[in-house]
Amino acid sequence: MSDEYDNNKSYQAQSSEVMDGSTGSVNPDIDYVRPAEVGEQELYHGHSFIEKWVFCQDAKVIGVQYFLTAVFTGIVGLILSWLMRLQLGFPELAGFMTAEHYYQFVTMHGMIMVVYFLTALFLGGFGNYLIPLMVGARDMVFPYVNMLSFWMFFVAVAVLMASFFVPGGPTGAGWTLYPPQTILEGTPGSGMGILLMLISLSLFVIGFTMGGLNYMITILQARTRGMTLMRMPLTVWGIFTATVLAMLAFPALLVSAIMMTLDKVLQTSFFMPTILKAGEVLEYGGGSPILFQHLFWFFGHPEVYIVALPAFGIVSDLISVHARKNIFGYRMMVWAIVGIGGLSFFVWAHHMYVSGMNPWFGFFFATTTLIIAVPTAMKVYNWILTLWRGNIRINTVMLWCLGFIVTFVNGGITGIFLGNVSVDVPLSDTYFVIAHFHMVMGIAPLMVIMGAVYHWFPLVAGKMLHEGLGKWHFWITFLGAYSIYFPMHYLGFIGVPRRYFEMYDSPYMTSAVGMNEFISIAAFIVGAAQFILVFNIIKTLKTGKKAEQNPWKANSLEWYTSTVPPEHGNFGERLPVVHRWPYDFSVPGAKDDFIPQTTAPSEVIHTEVEKT
Amino acid sequence: MSEQKIDGFELKPGFKGMASDTGSDQTMFKGVHWGKAMMWIFLLSDTFVFSCFLISYMKGRGSTIVDWPNTSEVFSLYVGGVPVPLLLIAIMTFVLITSSGTMALAVKYGYEKNRKMCGWLILATAVGGLTFVGMQVFEWSKLIHEGVRPWGNPFGASQFGSFFFMITGFHGFHVSIGVIFLFIYTYKVFAGHYESKKRGWFTKMKGDYVEIEILGLYWHFVDLVWVFIFAFFYLW
Repeated sequence: MSDEYDNNKSYQAQSSEVMDGSTGSVNPDIDYVRPAEVGEQELYHGHSFIEKWVFCQDAKVIGVQYFLTAVFTGIVGLILSWLMRLQLGFPELAGFMTAEHYYQFVTMHGMIMVVYFLTALFLGGFGNYLIPLMVGARDMVFPYVNMLSFWMFFVAVAVLMASFFVPGGPTGAGWTLYPPQTILEGTPGSGMGILLMLISLSLFVIGFTMGGLNYMITILQARTRGMTLMRMPLTVWGIFTATVLAMLAFPALLVSAIMMTLDKVLQTSFFMPTILKAGEVLEYGGGSPILFQHLFWFFGHPEVYIVALPAFGIVSDLISVHARKNIFGYRMMVWAIVGIGGLSFFVWAHHMYVSGMNPWFGFFFATTTLIIAVPTAMKVYNWILTLWRGNIRINTVMLWCLGFIVTFVNGGITGIFLGNVSVDVPLSDTYFVIAHFHMVMGIAPLMVIMGAVYHWFPLVAGKMLHEGLGKWHFWITFLGAYSIYFPMHYLGFIGVPRRYFEMYDSPYMTSAVGMNEFISIAAFIVGAAQFILVFNIIKTLKTGKKAEQNPWKANSLEWYTSTVPPEHGNFGERLPVVHRWPYDFSVPGAKDDFIPQTTAPSEVIHTEVEKT
Repeated sequence: MSEQKIDGFELKPGFKGMASDTGSDQTMFKGVHWGKAMMWIFLLSDTFVFSCFLISYMKGRGSTIVDWPNTSEVFSLYVGGVPVPLLLIAIMTFVLITSSGTMALAVKYGYEKNRKMCGWLILATAVGGLTFVGMQVFEWSKLIHEGVRPWGNPFGASQFGSFFFMITGFHGFHVSIGVIFLFIYTYKVFAGHYESKKRGWFTKMKGDYVEIEILGLYWHFVDLVWVFIFAFFYLW
């Protein structure tokens, strides 16, 4: 147990006394924190191996379970992308692949990466592990429901993976699953494949709702004494806002999945217009395919921010810790996260500019889309201003953060292109779009995930990951990712359409062929480089250097647990009491360059620390 | 941080007070039980589910090229050879709203630790819910008998059957889940689990009468949703 806790005892005793509103520079009242509102949380400790590691109710174990399951699906998604790149760069080597296979890989790659990898990793993985630790709670508020949430996700993944093995294979309709083609014969996997996809998505939504309720209530109602909303680490703000978005956006996905399942199974016509097939009129008629697009993107656009907001939050904390400087404009950062979250519900139809809309709608959605650039730009400026004149440590974590900022700005700027109707229409469904969203919501959040893994691994495993390997991992990934996606912008400009299995003798061929080969080689290298991390983790677990407590000298509560890695219950006998925000770095006059959140004001009264 | 002593959950006055209470430490909603906050947020999410259903229904009904069936005819019951529009629905709605009343009373008696009354009232609510589901089964079988199917019907646009079965089915599913829990809680209250601090079957946690209120929130929500379905389906 660290010194901070011993100090806590003294002011916990004070807190039961009546304190007046008087403030004086040497008054012990300045250490006053309101007494606990809620009694101690009762925890159920597992007794057997199964209860401790399989059906475990400890949020930290659940977080690791989420993480590993998501990484497994992510590796499947990675392998699918390799296969796609093999076909595009070296079709002569991919003789085993038919056009149907290609569409199926495109679809599954997209769905896996967006929903089952990134969403599950950020909210299920980092959310479960970090929320209770960062807000000073013993566990999530409903541990049993939290456990069910993971297992529901696990079943959803199992169902999704099962679709690879059913007759007809997984669905090949594109990750957006646009009807009517999704469920019509001729689309790969229009039988069992699409059915399993829809079931899996529904299960995912149900499982996520269970987890999301936990994240929200833990943050809203189970913070420790002194942890006000404006003292929460930005990681918590990002995950919280993303969870709110998910709770309101996933319903649209659930409803569209149910309706499409009925269209498929019961021949209803929610999304199915009158269709003429080989001269015959199908039984469908009168439905609206555009309705599906609206429902899907009402989910789909907030989904982008469900992935991005936790990344924004986490990267803010990482930058602040590793630049030894307080985050610039904390409140602005919080409001930007909340603002982006709110705006994200009013921009969905910018995915549908080519679907046919009243021009005024295009105008409206272009305007709202471009407005999002304002809070986003504020965040980028604040990250840079946090770095400015900071005591920057160029370690692996910081490299990933810098990589994130660059990549995110890059992807964000192409987003401004695509947000405008008149620019989007010619670029729609080209490689420019692929480049844009992979940069902004693929590579950028992934960089944050990598940074976060290097940052929190000492907490989770108690050992330090190897720095040298980490730097190799970063540089190959960073340079490789740019080698993949920079040329794709050009491919988009010359008009190469996305989702095409082959270009045949199209006029694009001459300049696109060489580039496709180059991109593919880069993709193979970048994909393989990710296994450096896997190797690093295995090596570290076996022979790695033992981590000291709080190796990065951070302030937030997760580093001040009673044991490392933290045990069930997180904080030992007493919950920590919080007196400040987690960003008091390099305060003039303080003996260290960091002041933990648990340090009482009277201890640092001689410093220039500001009240937070 | 406020230096002022806040005893319990004494809230500060005015808009500024509200903002500072909201942003204060530990809890945002002062004195609100975790489970209750969870149910409210779940219901908000569920509201979005039903909204998506109903908006899709409005879009589907608005854009279909075939005429929508005349609902006052399709949903009428023949009493002595005379068609009475909305008769069954009126009874169903009455039963469901009444069950909301018994639920509210059950919550009141629960907090007063009046175990017997609480138990009987939850049971009455459960029976009300079961009656509702029973009448819904009757309505469905009547319509199916008359040839209404999810993929088509003899009265007009095929989307009528699709949306009707899907939305009332989804609502009926909610009611059924509620009924199951009402029966479980009837048992728990009569068996005195809250007094003896018996631990839950799955969660291994001790319960409290606040659980009755949480269940009540869900039940009132299901009733409220029915009011909207009633308005959009039967009155439009």
